[in-house]
Amino acid sequence: MDAVATAFGLVFQPYVLMVIVLSAIYGLFVGAIPGLTATMATALLVPVTFFMPPVPAVAAIVTATAMAIFSGDIPSALLRMPGTPASAAYTDEAYLLTKKGQAETALGAGLVFSVLGGIFGVLVLIVAAPALAEVALKFSSFEYFWLVMLGFTCAIFIAGRDPLKGMVSLLLGLLISVVGLENPAGAPRYTFGNAELMGGIPLIPLMIGMFAVSEILRYAVVVAKPVMAVDRPFGNVFSGMWTLLKKYPLQLVRGSALGTAVGALPGAGADIAAWMSYAMSKRFSKEPHKFGTGHVEGIVESGAANNAALGGAWIPALVFGIPGDSITAIAIGVLYLKDMNPGPTLFVNNPQNIYAVFIVFILAQLLMLPFGWGVIKVAKQVLRIPAALLMPLILLFCIVGSFAINNSLFGVVVMLAAGIAGFFMERWGFPVAPTILGVVLGTMLEEQFFSSLIKADGNFLVFFERPIAGTLGAVCLLIWLWPLARRLHAGSVRQRPRGGI
Amino acid sequence: MRRTDASVGIGLALLALAVLWTARAFPDVPGQKLGAALLPMIVGAGLLLCALGLIVRSLRGKAYVDEAPRAAAGSEHFGSALVIVGAVLAYLLLSERLGFLLIAPLCLLAVFRALRVGWRPAIGWAIGGTLLVHLAFYKLLRVPLPWGVITPMY
Repeated sequence: MDAVATAFGLVFQPYVLMVIVLSAIYGLFVGAIPGLTATMATALLVPVTFFMPPVPAVAAIVTATAMAIFSGDIPSALLRMPGTPASAAYTDEAYLLTKKGQAETALGAGLVFSVLGGIFGVLVLIVAAPALAEVALKFSSFEYFWLVMLGFTCAIFIAGRDPLKGMVSLLLGLLISVVGLENPAGAPRYTFGNAELMGGIPLIPLMIGMFAVSEILRYAVVVAKPVMAVDRPFGNVFSGMWTLLKKYPLQLVRGSALGTAVGALPGAGADIAAWMSYAMSKRFSKEPHKFGTGHVEGIVESGAANNAALGGAWIPALVFGIPGDSITAIAIGVLYLKDMNPGPTLFVNNPQNIYAVFIVFILAQLLMLPFGWGVIKVAKQVLRIPAALLMPLILLFCIVGSFAINNSLFGVVVMLAAGIAGFFMERWGFPVAPTILGVVLGTMLEEQFFSSLIKADGNFLVFFERPIAGTLGAVCLLIWLWPLARRLHAGSVRQRPRGGI
Repeated sequence: MRRTDASVGIGLALLALAVLWTARAFPDVPGQKLGAALLPMIVGAGLLLCALGLIVRSLRGKAYVDEAPRAAAGSEHFGSALVIVGAVLAYLLLSERLGFLLIAPLCLLAVFRALRVGWRPAIGWAIGGTLLVHLAFYKLLRVPLPWGVITPMY
């Protein structure tokens, strides 16, 4: 209990509360502007959090991301442009609602059910994470190896559209993680005699490049003119929400639960949670024909899901140090910078910090109601801010932020290279998220795989001997072999008639 | 997309071969048969297989279909993207010599103009943005942004 009291003391300080409020406003703003994603918001925040103590640093990230995921719904409804990819699943639905004159319902449902889903995710995080940490204390290298593999597998096979390209992205990420001295033999790899490369490719400039600079380049290349769907003042966005809540309680719970579960899967996050929930909502709806015509049911379910995924994604991040999505991948980077190395021992050694993170999570969700209401009120003005004015300033911020991590221009070099790489990867259909996962988890994979191999001493069955490791391994193998099995099955079905002739 | 896939595949295959070639030289952990070459070897082999997969797939005419075809977005301005890359390069080369307060507004101005912002707002925002970032990072966060030819004012 002492730890909980200390945690409250850590959070309820003027400085921390100010950080929370400012990052909430920042997150709402960035999320609401199309082209500036929630992941970009997080990456841009890191150089600033670099100069803060651990609790406000994590508080800033948690608050900004939660707000950005919600406010991504606003341009979805008004401009038919998702403010952040997590809103893409129901952008058309929300926009059609607005077209039907129900902008308030679209935005209100986005807000209220985001908050409810978010709280659900946080509650699961609070209950599940410490319990999982107890179990994780007994984990050996085999369990960690399979967990990392599961993260990679989910990122490629579940979150991605093209497994082959996802695999390439992941391998490129692993290749980046190989650079430097940090490996079992302590030998310099791909350092080309450069002292800066000895320490490896710095993670934060890499992420700023991949998520922010690439986005700026994309903006510069493709110029799309958004058209505002409403030209009247908004009414009360909360009216009718109680009716919706009574009408769709099952959808809310199902969306929240699926969202949390998908978020908790290492490697899959809010974007994919929203897509899956939307599909699930349509599949089980009593009125599936209304989907795609401006029907609020899908927004209720997937709006809850993407915010629930946020809390869920922090479960593997805090307990195992394995990110649930790109945002937590960045957050893990911050945790390491702040000497809050994620892992089960964090729960034992520094429980007050963990509880402080939980408290911030709840605060952020509660703040979302008034702040979200406020941002919807000024949404039309915010959306009128030309992105052309913001992008150059963001670029300068990226440059200075990448420099500030080590006070070295090398960070800016990495940022630029990553930005160009991210731009072309996206253009050629290679997802960026697996790359980031590969970079973040490469060292862990190598370490755990190496010690597992030495323990196994040539006997690969050892990888499956311990119950949890065996289960995780079996799940991975199942997901890997599933497409093959399906293709073989399809092949045999196709060949049967030919054989009959 | 098909042709891009094939060329990317060839590029990746070359990269994979380079990784496999260089990884042979990495030392083992003393007393073990494994070492620093383990992960690079796996990555190299994996990349090679994927690259071959991409090439074979595009030769067979099967290709990943982009869900949001870019062509629909209208004309593309590659020049603007090049200006952005150029601005960052200019910052890298000149910031130490000229100083942040001189190079940053020039870079900003170039990027504003590349994004078709009018001259007047571009100049205003370039100067204002530079001062704001300098204040936030140099003054508040104490990041040692270079002064260059300007004598430090504070």
